[in-house]
Amino acid sequence: MSWTQLSLTKAAMIACLFAFAGGSAQAQTATASAVGDAARGAALYERRCTSCHALDVNRIGPLHRGVVGRRAGAVPGFNYSPALARSGLVWTEANLNRWLSGPPRLVPGTRMGLSVPVPAERADIIAYLRAQGAAPR
Amino acid sequence: MPTSPLMPQRRKLLGGAMLSLGGLLALANTATPASAQGRRMSHAAQDAELLNAAIALEHEGIAAYQIAAESGLLAPPVLQVGIRFQGHHNQHRDELIAGVRRLGGTPVAAQTNAEYATAIGAASLRTQADVLQLALRLERGATNAYLGLVPPLHNADMENLVARLAADEAYHVAVLANALQQEIPVAGMMFG
Repeated sequence: MSWTQLSLTKAAMIACLFAFAGGSAQAQTATASAVGDAARGAALYERRCTSCHALDVNRIGPLHRGVVGRRAGAVPGFNYSPALARSGLVWTEANLNRWLSGPPRLVPGTRMGLSVPVPAERADIIAYLRAQGAAPR
Repeated sequence: MPTSPLMPQRRKLLGGAMLSLGGLLALANTATPASAQGRRMSHAAQDAELLNAAIALEHEGIAAYQIAAESGLLAPPVLQVGIRFQGHHNQHRDELIAGVRRLGGTPVAAQTNAEYATAIGAASLRTQADVLQLALRLERGATNAYLGLVPPLHNADMENLVARLAADEAYHVAVLANALQQEIPVAGMMFG
């Protein structure tokens, strides 16, 4: 292997490390949402989310109980925007975090415009949603 | 310009690195969804979708006041206030519908009052105070929803519209809170 080839191999390895670092940053985003405070999230949920949502009944938006881990567009009886229905998203905590930071940025064509700009508040709301458990069958 | 014989290898190596990043993102299920990758939505179309949520909110509010009016729980003066507020919401709905149409969208239709009754928990209403509390909660929610709609909108006329709607809803909140003899909030920044 020539010196130039060796240098390029090193460059590729460094690029891969950066790539892993990027993945780690994504994981940290998910972790940040995992350490939110559900009690604070309850108050934030009341103020920010209950305009349109409820835990157990569809309103302007779909019901929220069991949302963590659910496929987007999957609540029976709710009339989703075509964009969200075919988004292919799963509501992981990381995706909920991205969603709440700006729904139309993540899913252009969604009907939800309200965002939660403060990361800690997003984490608290996600912690609250996670604590509400699964939707009743 | 001479072509470096190393260029193909460089591309191959860097391509491998990019694939690693893509693979990691896919594994984390945080990749950009197909809807966001493949299409660019016009600002007008996006605004119309956002305003459709506001129309849905107004449909619900109109139905809530109708359910309250038919509940038999309201004293005549309170009923008159409710009917006046319902008239405001009818006007809001009509303004939003006109806005969606101007943007080239299709306004969402109302559901049945029975569906709205379930959605707002009307079965649990027992007293006039219950009705007023429900109305206050819905009006406060509407105020916050309209304030939250201003930043993502692109059309200045629509931004102005939803700001005016937020102001109307805040007026309703003040009247209802007064009817319920709630204390004036100590802190400002009451909404949003």
